[in-house]
Amino acid sequence: MKFPKVILLWLSLVLLTACTQVQPAVAPAGRGANQELVVFAAASLTEAFDELGTQYRAAHPDGKITFNYAGSQQLAQQLTGGAPADVFASANQKQMQVAVDGGRIAPDTARPFAHNRLVVILPADNPAGISTLVDLAKPGVKLVLADAAVPVGQYSLDFLTKTAALPEYTATFSQTVLANVVSYEDNVRAVLTKVQLGEADAGIVYTSDITGAARDNVVRLEIPDVLNVVATYPIAAVSDSTKPELAAEFVDLVLSPAGQQVLETYGFIPISSQ
Amino acid sequence: MDSSLSVRNKRSSAARTEDGERRATRRPPARRHGWRLTAAATPLLVLLTLPLLALGLRMDFSTLWRNLSSPVVMQALTLSLTTGSIATFSVVVLGTPLAYLLARRSFRGRVVVDTLVDLPMVLPPAVAGVGLLLVFGRRGLLGPALDVMGIQIVFTPIAVILAQIFVSAPFFVTAAAAGFAEVDQELEHAAALDGATPWGVFRNVTAALAWPALVGGAVMTWARALGEFGATIIFAGNFPGRTQTMPLAIYLGFERDLEIAVTLAFILVVVSFLVLVVVKWLLRQRFVVQ
Repeated sequence: MKFPKVILLWLSLVLLTACTQVQPAVAPAGRGANQELVVFAAASLTEAFDELGTQYRAAHPDGKITFNYAGSQQLAQQLTGGAPADVFASANQKQMQVAVDGGRIAPDTARPFAHNRLVVILPADNPAGISTLVDLAKPGVKLVLADAAVPVGQYSLDFLTKTAALPEYTATFSQTVLANVVSYEDNVRAVLTKVQLGEADAGIVYTSDITGAARDNVVRLEIPDVLNVVATYPIAAVSDSTKPELAAEFVDLVLSPAGQQVLETYGFIPISSQ
Repeated sequence: MDSSLSVRNKRSSAARTEDGERRATRRPPARRHGWRLTAAATPLLVLLTLPLLALGLRMDFSTLWRNLSSPVVMQALTLSLTTGSIATFSVVVLGTPLAYLLARRSFRGRVVVDTLVDLPMVLPPAVAGVGLLLVFGRRGLLGPALDVMGIQIVFTPIAVILAQIFVSAPFFVTAAAAGFAEVDQELEHAAALDGATPWGVFRNVTAALAWPALVGGAVMTWARALGEFGATIIFAGNFPGRTQTMPLAIYLGFERDLEIAVTLAFILVVVSFLVLVVVKWLLRQRFVVQ
């Protein structure tokens, strides 16, 4: 049968694409040379893991490490959907469990590696004049939270619920604050950006999110320990990883004193101190 | 209106006879390519249909009604339909002069204007979202002025509509400009000589003849507005009933409850399909009946 040239060209392109897809799997495994380690990590870990990535690269001059940062719920869904990955670092146990249920993480292999706390943030010029947590219930305050599907969004709701137990907050405090919410963002960094841009009067993020430029652009309003929710971050190697040694090595790096030091620098609470 | 109808009648009957002649003389050889043409056309059709089919298969129709009446679904559906329609109406009103300008005038920088109109079609919608935020946000270019007037845009349905206009306008403007350019200028001159005002010429001759292109463009704009996601989530945020449109509800539903996401996606597919079919049918009626 005769095919037009353009079809032959297209077919060869398809074949070429297919070959490049297959190549990593047939490449000789071992020694870690030219192997790409793929780490799925919660959006809040961005800066800390970027630095850990630099350390990893220093130890593996031939190896590559790639991070995929997003809301943990999104990463868990991607893993369940079969996305290729070697390590998963989640912002809560629930999303780690989603990946376990999805068959990508072996049960009981996840290890806690960091804690994080919530903090209320305001734009530097504080347009709504908020000075205490009670002010969050003032009418007209534009509050931005993460969606309840995102770990930090659920923690934020937990914090508001906890206020009911304290005498200085009225019974309707939590409801009044929720009435001020103008948007439930898709991940914690989107909350930070909306506050940094001054579009929102207040937002709730992790203390570790306030890094880099955000330090100058937002004001922190601390949430006392009784109300605060301490988030625990678990990490695990993906069970079907094609380079388990490298994956284990990265997990060890995160848990090592050096790794914990980096996490602390970026506002996380090291696992040993809790 | 009468004159517009008569012009349209003349035009469509002329088109019809032309069409008929063409069909009589150069009838497409129906079987010449046989199965080979069908086989070559099938793969893309399968690729386009399969995901939609999978949605239908994954749908739990026993819970459809319950999901349909759930507030999340109803709010998202209502919001999407209203904002999408307002955005389309705005694009038609504001886009028609721009399309006419592009079709009729040659001026310095026309290529630039033409390209600017096309640009939102190729840009990632996230770019639109960030750009809109930097214009209409509280600290944006127009933010302080809007604030003085007490106008809030970000986090409101207005932001949803603006995002939809930005990404969907090119579909109408390009279609309308092409439609206007097709209209014979002789007819416009003739009507003007007969004493029609410029507005009358435009309404009863140009717009009347370019009508199918205008409707087609408006429908594409509406469909694109309905599907808008990236710019909306950045610029308008996500709040059920206020800024959470169907695509946002599907996206967040996917992370929370796949059933809801599938239901919403299925409804969006069905609604879009029905609208496109009805419009195509109406356009054909218009020509066949007259």
